[in-house]
Amino acid sequence: MRYIPHTAGDVKHMLERVGVKNLEELFVEVPESVRLKRPLDLPEAISETELLRELKVLAAKNATPSTHMSFLGGGAYHHFSPAAIDMLISRSEFYTAYTPYQPEISQGTLQAIFEFQTLICQLTGMDAANASMYDGASACAEAVLMSVRLTKRKKVLLSRALNPRYRGAVATYCMYLGLELVEVAVADDGRTDLADLAAKLDETTAAVVAGYPNYFGVIEDLSALSEKAHEAGARMVAAVSEPIALGLLKSPGELGVDIVAGDGQSFGLPLAFGGPYVGFFAVRQKDVRGMPGRLVGETTDLDGQRGFVLTLATREQHIRREKATSNICSNQGLCALVTTIFMSLLGKQGLREMAEQNLAKAAYAREQLAGVKGFSKVFGSPSFNEFVIRSQEPVADVLGRLEEAGILGGIALGKDYPELADCFLVCVTEQNRREEIDALVAALQGGAA
Amino acid sequence: MTVVGTTGLVLNEKLLFEHSDPGRKGYSLPKLDVPAASLPAELCRDEIQGFPELSEVDVVRHFTRLSTWNYGVDSGFYPLGSCTMKYNPKVNEAAARLPGLSDIHPATPAHLSQGILELMYRLQTALAEVSGFDRVTLQPAAGAHGELAGMLVIRAWHEARGSKRSKVLIPDTAHGTNPATASLAGYDVVPIASEGVLTLEEVEAHMDDDVAALMVTNPNTLGLFETNIEAICKLVHERGGLVYCDGANLNALMGIARPGDMGIDVMHFNLHKTFSTPHGGGGPGAGPVGVTKALIPYLPGPGVARDGDSYRFESDNADSIGRLLAFHGNVGILVRAYAYIRSMGGEGLKRASQMAVLNANYIRARLEGVYDLPYKRRSLHEVIFSDKDLEGGCHTLDVAKRLIDYGYHPPTIYFPLVVKGAIMIEPTETESLEVLDEFCDAMIAIAGEAKENPDLLHQAPVRSRVRRLDETTAARKPKLIWQEQGDG
Repeated sequence: MRYIPHTAGDVKHMLERVGVKNLEELFVEVPESVRLKRPLDLPEAISETELLRELKVLAAKNATPSTHMSFLGGGAYHHFSPAAIDMLISRSEFYTAYTPYQPEISQGTLQAIFEFQTLICQLTGMDAANASMYDGASACAEAVLMSVRLTKRKKVLLSRALNPRYRGAVATYCMYLGLELVEVAVADDGRTDLADLAAKLDETTAAVVAGYPNYFGVIEDLSALSEKAHEAGARMVAAVSEPIALGLLKSPGELGVDIVAGDGQSFGLPLAFGGPYVGFFAVRQKDVRGMPGRLVGETTDLDGQRGFVLTLATREQHIRREKATSNICSNQGLCALVTTIFMSLLGKQGLREMAEQNLAKAAYAREQLAGVKGFSKVFGSPSFNEFVIRSQEPVADVLGRLEEAGILGGIALGKDYPELADCFLVCVTEQNRREEIDALVAALQGGAA
Repeated sequence: MTVVGTTGLVLNEKLLFEHSDPGRKGYSLPKLDVPAASLPAELCRDEIQGFPELSEVDVVRHFTRLSTWNYGVDSGFYPLGSCTMKYNPKVNEAAARLPGLSDIHPATPAHLSQGILELMYRLQTALAEVSGFDRVTLQPAAGAHGELAGMLVIRAWHEARGSKRSKVLIPDTAHGTNPATASLAGYDVVPIASEGVLTLEEVEAHMDDDVAALMVTNPNTLGLFETNIEAICKLVHERGGLVYCDGANLNALMGIARPGDMGIDVMHFNLHKTFSTPHGGGGPGAGPVGVTKALIPYLPGPGVARDGDSYRFESDNADSIGRLLAFHGNVGILVRAYAYIRSMGGEGLKRASQMAVLNANYIRARLEGVYDLPYKRRSLHEVIFSDKDLEGGCHTLDVAKRLIDYGYHPPTIYFPLVVKGAIMIEPTETESLEVLDEFCDAMIAIAGEAKENPDLLHQAPVRSRVRRLDETTAARKPKLIWQEQGDG
């Protein structure tokens, strides 16, 4: 077996040196009563050629933006990813390395994380960011837990327009901590209802959480939400599942937000059926010591040379154990590196240009779709690269016939939003060519069969 | 003696922001093919302050140089105890990048994702077989995430029975994530002592009506099999509790014994340990969780189900603890683990565990007598030494730093806490006799240096690009981002 180098001769020599007669003796401490007395019931090992053949057969059964025109969003986005990224992260010194606990031989990883932390702060307008979390949803959950810890309060207000899967993860993380999760209504314009928020905010509120943009692609008035949250002494959390938007939109930091939790998948990570993605987490200076996750800091070595190390580790599980700010250990290091390289290649101009293309294509698609008989726009507020379309024809039928035309037209909203059972969510990115958008419109115009 | 570490020209490299030059660009986008749009000015930002502007050449050179400052498994031996730094197969990387697997959107309808669903179902099944559990969830993104899933499942089981227990027993050798996780699940942690292995008496003394669960690691973090595990599980069950197992050390047991057969109720896997997926410099990993039949209703979801030849996500389950991530898990990592299991087969996995245990015992035999060995029971896949007998005023940290000069990533140090000056060595099965001998020669040489010339250890490392770093100042005056003014 090519991953196990031992020859019969090696094994014989080693058994002698260890002082046992056979391999069995090495397991003398494992009681007979728990020993597995049969071979593992798994398919026989296959060669590299056979493995790739088998996987290609499985791969061929999946629809992708290469086989279908895709307008799917909802927290995962099909974007351009420069070729240089995969080449760089395929360098084995990056991907086969461990967590940088021995900093002298991990300066590559450590400097890259420091650069990631910096870029995330610049992007979000915040003061400090950690080395990454699992994804946007779990980062959002950790932001809620952090707010609860810091304010010592028990109520959390979550906008109904916040990604339903983010709300789900928050609910799971909070389920046994004696907290009260309250939903804030969506106004007719697609933004969080400020009056409903004001009615539900009080001195027991630890945090207010809203998406930016929200699940409907609508751009929330973070400034107004932050102001209300702060009046009540609560933390404002902005969840950013589509950070390409930050190439154009005001940063959450300049709008008064206290914690930004988001997902960097749009920054070069493959869709990969849901993961690995990467959570980013950014806070204000005052809250640094209360934040979860690893942190890299700059320092010097014995010769005065600049270097980087993991720091403020007393917050973390391996030091603080049951009193840690989180239980997180492995995060999404290599994925954070992907986004760092992406942000470096795109830079301030590239990110803006990409955002402008997303905005323009989504605006064009929205106007065209709303012009088809039987379909209409739903929310009037400015939005980024996603929007909601209402259909007179049942949504399942619409999406079904779009599929027959080779188009994944959007995400049905009825399951998560019964009040929008006649609506679906459409996402348009810089990857959707005009011909694709026109084909989507034409297919819708085709009408029910 | 072959010495692996040597000197060589390594290149310096500034921070991205220190290279930045206005107007440089490193990207290419097609021209906009629809009319331009705009947002109201009050919604829009100014340009992103400090964001770099670099050419593709700048960026590629930057990260290439950074990579040369690192040490990976592909560079050399990486004997980190309890981390299982085994070789990361390259065909697994090719597998994860296959079109059709790497570019499928998570919201793609089930009938158009049959291939990936089938792969996930087969992986669920394979992991259940290796571990002896009845059902496996693939959702958690890392070991600690799996621990959280597992502890929430345990709590859900108790709550469904109206049982309001508030405590969890955790051995003093446990990985820090165990108590941190128990707190996240709303439990109070009761540490229990282990003299090498957990005794029935120690568990019995603490196992009362207020204890929801015992968290164990088997083999434990000392590399020893918990020989009393069956009796302990039985006792915990008799008193109404459940047993959680941290599966980080599963590499010692594949094909030998299964945690599910020992009475354990819940266990997380670390695919980035036992199942060869790469560590990535700190993730992404994956932490699937296996449970017994009684706990299936509470699993995070949805999981993948099979109806004859077709696959789907299970329908919503009212008793599930819900979801821990936005989507289905670190699927790209699951693909790699699946490729590994298909490449190894059942016999291969057993051979891996046997060779992992042989390798650890070989190192033990060669270094016993040179370094203090605190536990005399047979080691499994990892062995612990201490710095008790080290001379010249040298400590474990000095040995670790001197190993760097010899060309090795140091073993795990100062963990578990019960061994003062712990040096935990886990070679894994992918290392050859040649590598083990070279490593042992280096460790023996270093012990000799401690006696003859301790300064070599105290000053180490000298061959790495940077010397020992000032971690104290880094914590006292944290500098966590680059800033425009006053930066070096």
